[in-house]
Amino acid sequence: MDNKGFFGNWGGAYIPEILHQTFQELHVEYQRAKNDPAFWQEYLHLMRTYSCRPTPLTYAENLSNHFGGARIFIKREDLNHTGAHKANNVMGQGLLVKRMGKKRVIAETGAGQHGMATATMAAKFGFDCTIYMGEVDVRRQRPNVFWMEKMGATVVPVKDGSRTLKDAINEAFRDWVTNIDSTHYVFGTACGPAPFPEMVTWFQSIISEETKEQIKELHGKLPARIYACVGGGSNAMGSFYHYLDTDTELVGVEAGGHGIDSGMHASRLCGTDASPGVAQGYKTMFLQNEDGQMLETHSVAAGLDYVGVSPILSDLWEKKQVRFEAATDKEVMAALDLTMKLEGIIPALESSHAFVQAFKEAPTIAKDEAIIINMSGRGDKDIFTIAHAYDDPSWKEFIISRAAEYSSKS
Amino acid sequence: MQLEQILRQRKEKKDILLMTHIVLGYPSFEANREIVRQMVENGVDCIEMQIPFSEPMADGPVILKANQDSLANGTTVAQCIAFGAEMAATYDIPFLFMTYYNILFKHGEDRFFTEAKEANIKGLIIPDLPPEMGENFFRLAKENEIAPILIFAPTSTQERMATLDSMGQGFIYCVARRGVTGKKSSFGDDFNEYLARCRNATRMPIAVGFGIQDKEDIEALKGRADMAVIGSQTIRLVDEQGPEAVGPFIQGLR
Repeated sequence: MDNKGFFGNWGGAYIPEILHQTFQELHVEYQRAKNDPAFWQEYLHLMRTYSCRPTPLTYAENLSNHFGGARIFIKREDLNHTGAHKANNVMGQGLLVKRMGKKRVIAETGAGQHGMATATMAAKFGFDCTIYMGEVDVRRQRPNVFWMEKMGATVVPVKDGSRTLKDAINEAFRDWVTNIDSTHYVFGTACGPAPFPEMVTWFQSIISEETKEQIKELHGKLPARIYACVGGGSNAMGSFYHYLDTDTELVGVEAGGHGIDSGMHASRLCGTDASPGVAQGYKTMFLQNEDGQMLETHSVAAGLDYVGVSPILSDLWEKKQVRFEAATDKEVMAALDLTMKLEGIIPALESSHAFVQAFKEAPTIAKDEAIIINMSGRGDKDIFTIAHAYDDPSWKEFIISRAAEYSSKS
Repeated sequence: MQLEQILRQRKEKKDILLMTHIVLGYPSFEANREIVRQMVENGVDCIEMQIPFSEPMADGPVILKANQDSLANGTTVAQCIAFGAEMAATYDIPFLFMTYYNILFKHGEDRFFTEAKEANIKGLIIPDLPPEMGENFFRLAKENEIAPILIFAPTSTQERMATLDSMGQGFIYCVARRGVTGKKSSFGDDFNEYLARCRNATRMPIAVGFGIQDKEDIEALKGRADMAVIGSQTIRLVDEQGPEAVGPFIQGLR
């Protein structure tokens, strides 16, 4: 990051004047934390004792045999507290908030995992907490909404625009400019104005810090490739970070939705529908029309359903240090199904995108090579969406009878 | 004549100037035409015309909805610039464009400035473009003699105000309070102290906006600010009573 917050041509801090001072303070606090070895130690201790880190690296023997190529390893961020990599960032920012002396946190959430993690952190650290979530996502991720509210957070459904992640971000910014003195905005991904992309990456880099040790122990050498799904890009940045200067090939997998030529997807770096733009405080590749108005995006996975992408990934894409692919909704369901049946592991719909691409490539990679799939989160949160996609009869019957039970009582 | 000079000349004859705001294409360009006519005929001194953007992060619910509805009507940047040119050619007051940076960036900054100059637009307000991010923007503003209008906020330090003052032209837009557009502001001691800080930090005229809604608010600004900005309030009025309510409303403000 240069001193204006750019990574090559991407990033920056395009923020309203009212936020200038707050960002100055955030920059100072972040730099201070980064230069203080005790801060990272405190962070590691917290993650070990509260969040189950280091998360395991699992050898997926059955999947490896099934595809007959590379040895497939799965990094188990699903076993992180709250069920996804999101807690890595949130607990780190929580420690920063304590240092800054603020008492209230707000966050946007798409899949609900970041909201969950933020509500959890707020409960633990004693902060007030408000979560903004697009109305469409509230419906897609109802169980997460339930838990956030139970942990004491206020969940505000956002009814503007496309009623998904980008609209939740706008609304969180509106809250922040109103309550800057008391409030920190816990940005959930490696996007937004500087220093968020770098700061979120820093906290998430704990993933690749761990896998680098783990893969050496389990496999004796670094992996040939690493696969991660890319929404905003935080789990990808975290799982790639410590391999950027190695020979490991890094593969980001975006949401192909109904297909990359369908106009119903969220593929920014793979495909040709995105163009450079500035919104939500930063410059990156956005899915937008020729007037610069953001387009509707589509993905079965709420967490990938976003118009922009980390400016750091745009830079790595431009410099060809990361390869980008897309997985369609259909392919995602198939990969998820196979992983459950062969390994007894339930990846989130978001994470299943990474599995799709890994499965396509595994047979072509030598048997003595390893690949790592970053399983960014667990899939049981998606039970409503997945059961719906399966059109599962017994689940439907259960919902219908439970609904009848509720409506007869009311 | 450039924006600052025009405003100073108008201020010679008035206690306080009045700037109003419209969202282009909302509820329609036809309604915009009627609203602007009523504003100008009732003594408005300057009008900021907002080119709608899908992600207006600094705007509150009223203007946000107007942006979305305008875009849903199919409003384009080209239509907005053409409308601006028509207004500037019709009325003898300065017209400004307000929008978010992506609109210029995507249109091409050079092209946007050239077209805005041809349209005789006097200034631009881009709330998400701080001076640090706008090297090219400020160069083009100078070349095209279009005032880049910068914003002071209650959170701005003296040092920051000095930086903004050195980069801005035309006038300084002082945001009355924290938050987004459209909510009522209260003008207590803190506010007066803030306005005094703004006044000390610049030799340009100062405009005060965010939450200015009625005659009482404007009275309170007389002698402290050079221009009052009415934003969301006229949009609310048009929503509730139609464009013809704008004239009497403006007339009742001073």
